[in-house]
Amino acid sequence: MNKLQIIYNGLVKDNPTFVLLLGMCPTLGTTGSALTGMSMGLATMAVLICSNGAISALKSLIPDKVRIPAYIVVIASFVTVLQMIMQAYLPALNESLGIFIPLIVVNCILLGRAEAFASKHPVGDSLCDGLGMGLGFTCALTLLGAVRELLGTGRIFSLELFPESYGSLIFVLAPGAFIALGFLIAFSNYIKTRHA
Amino acid sequence: MLTYLSIIVTAIFVNNIVFAQFLGICPFLGVSKKLSSAVGMGGAVTFVMALATTVTWLLQEYILVPLGLTFMQTIVFILVIAALVQMVEIVLKKIAPALYTALGVFLPLITTNCAVLGVAILVTQKGFDLGESVVYAVATAIGFTLALTMFAGIREQLAMTEVPRPMRGVPIALICAGLLAMAFMGFAGITIG
Repeated sequence: MNKLQIIYNGLVKDNPTFVLLLGMCPTLGTTGSALTGMSMGLATMAVLICSNGAISALKSLIPDKVRIPAYIVVIASFVTVLQMIMQAYLPALNESLGIFIPLIVVNCILLGRAEAFASKHPVGDSLCDGLGMGLGFTCALTLLGAVRELLGTGRIFSLELFPESYGSLIFVLAPGAFIALGFLIAFSNYIKTRHA
Repeated sequence: MLTYLSIIVTAIFVNNIVFAQFLGICPFLGVSKKLSSAVGMGGAVTFVMALATTVTWLLQEYILVPLGLTFMQTIVFILVIAALVQMVEIVLKKIAPALYTALGVFLPLITTNCAVLGVAILVTQKGFDLGESVVYAVATAIGFTLALTMFAGIREQLAMTEVPRPMRGVPIALICAGLLAMAFMGFAGITIG
C-alpha cells in the first residue's frame, strides 16, 4: 500500500473520531478550547507514532498469546516518557490536560491501531498509519475545540471574532461537548452519504 | 462520617464521572443500547473499580512512594488493573457461575475502561486515605451506573423514533447525552459539610 494512501486513510477515510468513534473521552474532555484540543491531539499522535513503530518492529518477538499485555506495556512506557517531558517543559499545558495525559494509555485508538495495523505491517507503513491516525485525531479535536470555543466565547485560538457576551457558555461546559460532537458527527455523516 | 457523605454526593451527582469528568465514555456509548446490559456493565464496573482502587492505593502507598518510583504509576496501575480483571474473571467463573454469565461479557471490556484507571489515579492526586478512596470508587461507579441506565432507558425509547438520517445512531445519542449532562448541571454547587 502506498504511504500517502495510508496517511489519507487515517486522516479522512477512517478518521478515528468521526468514522471509527474511538477515543471519545479525551475528545470530549479536552476540547474546551481549540488550543487544548490541538495539544491533546498532538500528544496522542506522538505516542501513537512511537508505539506503532515499536510494536511493528517487535512484532516477530512478541508471542501471540501475550501480545495484548505486551502492547499495553509498550504504550504505557511511551505515555510515561511523554508525561515526564510535559512535566519538565510544558507544566502549564500538563496542568490543563490533567488526568487525560496518563489516560492516553487506555485510549482505544492506540491499542486498536497496534492490533489492527502495526502487528501486521512493516515499520515504515506503521509509522505512516500512526501519523495519519494521529493527524486525523488532532484535526478532529482541534475542530471540535474551535467550534466550542467560538460558540462559547466568540474566540478561536484566543482570537476574538465576536464579543464574549454574545457567546453561550454552555458550549464550553460539559453538555456543549456532547452536543457539539453530536452535530459534527452528523455533519460528517451527511457529507459522506452525499458523496456515496 | 460527613466527609464520606460529601464524597458520595459529589461523586454521584455533582461531579458525575460521565457527565462532568468525561471518563468511561466508550462503554457509556457502547453498552447503552439495552437496559439489561447497562445494568450488567454497571455492576461489573462497580466491582472492579472498588477492587482496583484498593489494590492500586496500597501499591502506591507502600511500594511506589517509599521506593521513589511514582513515575512508574501509569505502567504499574494499568498492568495491575489488567491482571485484576483477568483474575476476577477466573475466580467468578469458578465460584459464582451465575454471576459470571451475567457479568462475563463485560469484564474484558473493563480493562480499557478509562474510568477505572482514571479513578485509581484521581484518588492518589486527591490524597485520599484508604477508606475515602474506596468510598469514592464505589460512589463514582454508582454514578456511572446511574448515568448508564438512565441513558439506556432513553436510547430504548429513541430507537423507536424517526430521526433524520445523518443524525441516526451515535450523533443523536450524543445530543441526548448533552441534554442529560445539562440536567446534571443542576446539581452543581451542592455541598455537604
